[in-house]
Amino acid sequence: MRSATKFVSRFVRHRLAMLGSIIILLLVSAAIFGQYLAPHDPIAMDFAARLTGPSADHLLGTDEFGRDILSRILHGASVSLRVALIAVGISTLFGVMLGSVAGFFGGLLDEVIMRIMDILFAFPAVLLAITVMAILGRGIENAMIAIAIVYVPIFARVARGAVIAVRQNEFVTAARALGRPNIAILARHILPNSLGPIIAQVSISLAFAILAEAALSFFGLGTQPPEPSWGRMLAEGRSFMQQAWWLGVFPGLAIMLSVMGFNFLGDGLRDLLDPRMKTTNR
Amino acid sequence: MNLRYLLQRLGTLLLVLIGVSILTFAVMPLVPGSPARVRLGVQATPEAVAVLEQQLGLDRPLSTQYFSWIGGIVTRGDFGLSLISSQNISREVSRRLPATLQLAFAALLIGLLIALPAGIAAALKPGSTRDLGASVFSQLGVSVPDFWLGILLIMVFAEMLGWLPSTGYVPISQGFWPWFSHLLLPAVSAGLVSGAIMTRFVRSAMLEVLGQDYVRTARAKGLSERTVTWKHALRNAAISIATIVGLQMATLLSAVVVVEIIFSWPGLGSMALNATLQRDYPVLQAALLLFAATFAVINLLTDLSYLLLNPALEYG
Repeated sequence: MRSATKFVSRFVRHRLAMLGSIIILLLVSAAIFGQYLAPHDPIAMDFAARLTGPSADHLLGTDEFGRDILSRILHGASVSLRVALIAVGISTLFGVMLGSVAGFFGGLLDEVIMRIMDILFAFPAVLLAITVMAILGRGIENAMIAIAIVYVPIFARVARGAVIAVRQNEFVTAARALGRPNIAILARHILPNSLGPIIAQVSISLAFAILAEAALSFFGLGTQPPEPSWGRMLAEGRSFMQQAWWLGVFPGLAIMLSVMGFNFLGDGLRDLLDPRMKTTNR
Repeated sequence: MNLRYLLQRLGTLLLVLIGVSILTFAVMPLVPGSPARVRLGVQATPEAVAVLEQQLGLDRPLSTQYFSWIGGIVTRGDFGLSLISSQNISREVSRRLPATLQLAFAALLIGLLIALPAGIAAALKPGSTRDLGASVFSQLGVSVPDFWLGILLIMVFAEMLGWLPSTGYVPISQGFWPWFSHLLLPAVSAGLVSGAIMTRFVRSAMLEVLGQDYVRTARAKGLSERTVTWKHALRNAAISIATIVGLQMATLLSAVVVVEIIFSWPGLGSMALNATLQRDYPVLQAALLLFAATFAVINLLTDLSYLLLNPALEYG
């Protein structure tokens, strides 16, 4: 309990982590309450108000169909956050499972699992996601799976490293000497003690998952119309940006802010939980 | 040079490449719609599809198909035919590969031109204003979506100011300025994020080295601060910087794929997206294989550069 209090007090004093948490809090509020906060219907078209700049009625302007940009950005928050959370949730589950088994048992099993991870890691992230979308087809659920597959090798590496570091501790030897089964040792003793780097990696991966969803939707592979998504908004607005800069600026800022929030939090968590830097940016 | 280490690394590289090729090939049957149907269109009769499948060798066992595919690539550089254009993919690849490599190198160069000065300047005066500036830049830069940066650069420098062309590629044989002006915006878009990430690592690599005993000794001997920085510190920091550059290539290549699409850059990344949208799987396979091979080779070169930068490892 005392270590938890100590962690909280260190966390609160970490300016970057706090700033990240505030940004994430804003993002989560937008995702949950966005539909009530939005001044307009995000998919209602109003051709009289086509491509109007930021004004009192439309704070961030309107798009080529007269739809309110602010309302669409607020609705897009829930899409982005949902995709990122589910995708990273899946890859954490599978990656940690594979990585901890590899790190704990070692030997041939370790070799086989990690070489397969190396193979997945050899593809550029976006290209791998595009390929998975080619197999599964377009749509938001498939985008989640595609992003999840991209991040499995990263979680496997982080978990493996953390497990190997913890495995050498005396309490593991003690549990072995007591004749505890391997699975119990892994689940009860090793994993809870290797969570630090994994948690930091989750935050950093959430940042990149938001980026990846925006990119896939931008290419027309992720979120399908008319559902508002930040990546799609940039794609659809592209041909009108010369006359209407707000189409290009605000959805991008929304993506960047969200990514920044998770990056800041991830950096802070890494400082606090993973001083040996096992996590990776990608 | 340490031969055993070299052979071991080559072995791993080969193993990963074989795995990559098997994976790339094995997922093909999972793609909806057989290649014969994609080529003939939805109205083709089942008989016509069956005949074409036989002609393409798709009725043979998967392992036979794999060996004839990979055999063609390894021995003749033959990636097969595109399902959409029926053109030889190799010809397309040989036209697009140089464009992708140019963009990747230009982006890496921009990343290093940002990261080395910023990281070193920050490390020389930790806690100073310029250190803070470098860290703010790197924090912001990491979070900028590369495709958004591309869009903004096009909006400002091509459409509003009209200084640079918005899209496309011109080979250097048509003159330096046309080539350079087309390359600049895509390279900045793809290189900035990597530059921001590398800034942080260059800073910490320099800081670590500057705290070492031999740097203190060099200072104590009365060597100028400049000699200490450039001759003693930077040369030793170079090893960890090379590692970072190698690791960064994953991010960089991914950014190149995205940026090619934004700027209609005729490289392998935009080829991959077009192939996906048109369900032209053989073309996507070629792109996957080439990107993975490029990444694997860069990793190997990174490893070898340790030996070059740190001769002491030779005996290790």
